[in-house]
Amino acid sequence: MSGALSGVNILGFTYAGTANFVMRVLGMHGAAVVRVESHTRPCNLRLATPFKDGKPGINRSGFYAMANNDRYSIALNLKHPKAPSVSERLIRWADVVFENFTPGTLNKIGLGYKDISTLKPDIIMISISSQGQTGPHSSVASYGPQLQALTGHVNLTGWPDRGPCQIDQSYPDFITPSYAAIAVIGALIHKRRTGKGQYIDCSNLEPSVQWVAPAILDYSANKHLMMRNGNWVPSAAPHNSYPCKEDDSWCAIAVTNDKEWASFCMVIGKPELKDDQKFTTLPARKSNEEELDRIVADWTINYTAAEVTEKMQAAGVSSGKVQSFKDIVSDKQLRHRNYFRPLEHPELGWYDAYAPSYILSRTPAELRLPAPCLGEHTEFVCRELINMSDEEFVELLTDNLFD
Amino acid sequence: MDAILNGYRVLDLCTGGCLVCGKILADLGADVIKIEPPGGDPTRNIGPFFGGIPHRERSLYWFAFNTNKRGMTLKIESPEGKGIFRKLVETADVVLENFDVGYLDKLGLGYDDLKAINPKVIMTSVTPFGQTGPYKDYKGADMVVWALGGLMNLCGDPDRQPVQVSLPQAYIAAGTYAAEGTMVALFERENSGLGQQIDVSAQATITWFISELIPFYNLLGQDMKRAGGAITRAGGLLCPIVYKCQDGYISYMITAGLPGAERNEKMVLWLEEEGLATDYLRQKDWVNWDWVGMTKEELEKISKPVSELFIRYKAQDLYDEAIRWGVSLFPVSTSQDIMGNAQLEARGFWTPLYHEALDTTLTYPGAFALIPETPLSVSKRAPLIGEHNQEVYVEELGLTLEEMVSLQGIGVV
Repeated sequence: MSGALSGVNILGFTYAGTANFVMRVLGMHGAAVVRVESHTRPCNLRLATPFKDGKPGINRSGFYAMANNDRYSIALNLKHPKAPSVSERLIRWADVVFENFTPGTLNKIGLGYKDISTLKPDIIMISISSQGQTGPHSSVASYGPQLQALTGHVNLTGWPDRGPCQIDQSYPDFITPSYAAIAVIGALIHKRRTGKGQYIDCSNLEPSVQWVAPAILDYSANKHLMMRNGNWVPSAAPHNSYPCKEDDSWCAIAVTNDKEWASFCMVIGKPELKDDQKFTTLPARKSNEEELDRIVADWTINYTAAEVTEKMQAAGVSSGKVQSFKDIVSDKQLRHRNYFRPLEHPELGWYDAYAPSYILSRTPAELRLPAPCLGEHTEFVCRELINMSDEEFVELLTDNLFD
Repeated sequence: MDAILNGYRVLDLCTGGCLVCGKILADLGADVIKIEPPGGDPTRNIGPFFGGIPHRERSLYWFAFNTNKRGMTLKIESPEGKGIFRKLVETADVVLENFDVGYLDKLGLGYDDLKAINPKVIMTSVTPFGQTGPYKDYKGADMVVWALGGLMNLCGDPDRQPVQVSLPQAYIAAGTYAAEGTMVALFERENSGLGQQIDVSAQATITWFISELIPFYNLLGQDMKRAGGAITRAGGLLCPIVYKCQDGYISYMITAGLPGAERNEKMVLWLEEEGLATDYLRQKDWVNWDWVGMTKEELEKISKPVSELFIRYKAQDLYDEAIRWGVSLFPVSTSQDIMGNAQLEARGFWTPLYHEALDTTLTYPGAFALIPETPLSVSKRAPLIGEHNQEVYVEELGLTLEEMVSLQGIGVV
C-alpha cells in the first residue's frame, strides 16, 4: 500500500471512538491496520444508531462506519485457550498496538505492555483511556458528551445569565485522537532513530484541557474565573450570530477592525454609521454593543444567511452561515477539498467517509477500504499478514477461535 | 533524557490559536523558534492578561501556547528579512504558518521557493478554508469558522442565537490537527528524504467534529440544532445533561437500554437513600427501553427526581458520591475546579514555570500524555520579544552584534 505511513503495521484491541479515530488516521495514510473484534462482544459502536434504513445490525451502523474505514477486521475470541497463539503472532507483526479498555483489563488477560514488550521488545504500545492508567479516577470512564464538563468546555459555553450549554457532540473525543496520533507517530519516528519501542499512556482528559490553557492561566495568575459570555469577544464588534430570513437561520459576522467596520457600513447601506460617535471606534462599538447588534440584526433579517455571507465576504468582512448538516454536505468548499469520500460497503451501500482536514501535497491520504463487516478479514489477516497455513486456519476455525 | 523530536528545528510564523502547533512540537522536544514581527506578534494583544493589564509581555494567551519555544524578531517582508529567513530555512525541518493564501508566495517565500532552498523542509500552512477553492479568500474569524464548519449550530440555547465556546476553539483545533499532519509528513520524510506542504483547513477540522453526526442526516434524514443544556437523542427528544447543583452545575447522562441499565439501577438506589425514588423508577425495566418511543413526559419522570437530588449537594460531593455508586456524573468544571481535580493532581499534570520579568510562578497544564521513555516536558516559559535574537543572529547566523543592532535600527529585527 502506498502512503506516508506505508509499511507501518497497526494492531488494535479497541472499541468505541477515540482509539479507532487514531487508527483511522494511520490507515488513511497507508498503514496496515488490523482491528481485533468479537462476535460475542461486538464493539458498542456496531450497536449504535444511526442504522441504515433504521434497521439495527452489527454491520449497519453509520456511527461505526465513520470511525472505521481503512482497516481489516479479524474476529478473535480472546478468552479462547488458543487465542494467545494468534494474538502473539499479531503482536509480532505489529509496530504499534492500540488498546482503550478500562485500565488494567488487558493486563488481566496477558496483553499488558509488560507481556507484549516481552514478546516484542521494540513494540510501541498506546493505551487510551478517559482519565489515564493511574490516579484515583483511572477507572472513572466517560465519553466526550460528559468529559467536556470536566475539561471546562461546558462552563465556557452559553450565556452569563443562565446555566451553561452542552456542545451537543462528543467534543473531547475529537481532541484526544489528534494528540494520540501525534504521540504514536512521534514514537515511530523515535524508533527509527533509536530502534526502541515504548509505552504511551494517553488520557482523554489531559489533551482536552490543553485547549482551555488560557483560562487555566487566568485562574493561576489572577484568580479570575473565565466564564461563558455568548459570542462576546473583547477585540471585535459587531461579533455575533444574527438572525436571517429563513426560519431559525443565522449568520455569524465578525468585524475585527475599523477598516472592516467602514466596509460593513457600506454593505448594510448605512455609511453614516461609520463616523457615528457611538460606533466609529472599537471601544465605542463595545460600549454600544447591544444597540449595534440590533442594527445588524435589523439588516440581516431581510436576507438569507448565504446572501449575508456573500455580501459581507465580498466586502472583506468575515461572515459565515451557521451551517446545519444539510448545509455541510453540500458545502462548496468542503466538496472542493474532496472531504467526503464515497466508499462502497456490503450492507450500507455507498456511504460517505471523511478525509483528514489536512492535505499532504506529495503523499495525501487515500480512503480505500470501507468500514469492515465484523470479522470480514479474518482469513486474510491469518493467511496473508501472519502467514498461517491453510491447515492451521481450518483447525482453528473449526475450534471456534474466530468468534 | 531523549525526547521524541530531539534535533528537529521548526520555524514558527503562526499567530493566534495556531500557535498550539509549534507548542506541541516544542513540548515533544523540537527546537521551535517563534519568529515575530519587530515589536512583537499581534497575538500578544489577546487576553487574558497577567494582573488584568493589557501588555505585550503579559498576555496569558501568548504564555499558554508558546511554552518551550525560543523567540526572535524578524521582518520577513523586508529584503534583508527575506535573506535571513531563507538562511534559516536551510537548516529547518519544518516551517509553520497561517498567513492568508498566497501571502508568502508573493514574498518569494512560498513552498516552491523554500523547497528549492531545502528539499527536506516541510511547510505546514493553516488557513480558514484551505489553499484553493471557492472560499480560499474568505476572511475566517474563529467564530465564523466555527459556524461554517458546523459546530456553532450545535451550541447554545434554543431561544437565543447559536454560540461559540467563549474561549474560541477553531484555530486551536486547526493548529492541533496541523501538528498531526506535520508528524505524518516528518515520518514520511524518513523514507523519502523529501518534504512537502501541508494544507490545513480550519473549517474542515471543525467539520470532522460533527462528522460523527452527519450519518444521522445521511441515513435517517435527521438534522440537529442547539439544545441548550441537553443532548439530542434518537428521534429528536432532548434529554437534559446539565443540571443545577448547590454550588454550580453537573453533567449527568441518562443512557437507554442495556448499556445504561446498571448505572440507572444504581441511581435509583441512590435516590432511594435520599428519599427521592418513585414507583415509576423502582418498577422501570432499565434493560429494555429505548429513546425511540420515549416521550418528554416520561423522560421527566427520570430527570425530575435526579434534579431534586443534585440541587441538594455541591458538585464535588456529587462527583465523589457518583463514583462510589457507579453512576456517570461529572462536575461542570471551572478553571478552579480543573486545577483542583484530584486525578490531574495525582498524574503530576500541573507544571510550574517561573516568569522572572513578573517575579511570579504560574501553573501550566503539563504533558498531554505520559510517555515514560521519552517524557513530554513543558519546561520553558514563552519567550519575551526578541529574547533569543542574539542567540540566533550572532551565535548561529554569524552576524556581529553591530550588524544585528543595525538591522534593529532599520526595523528588520
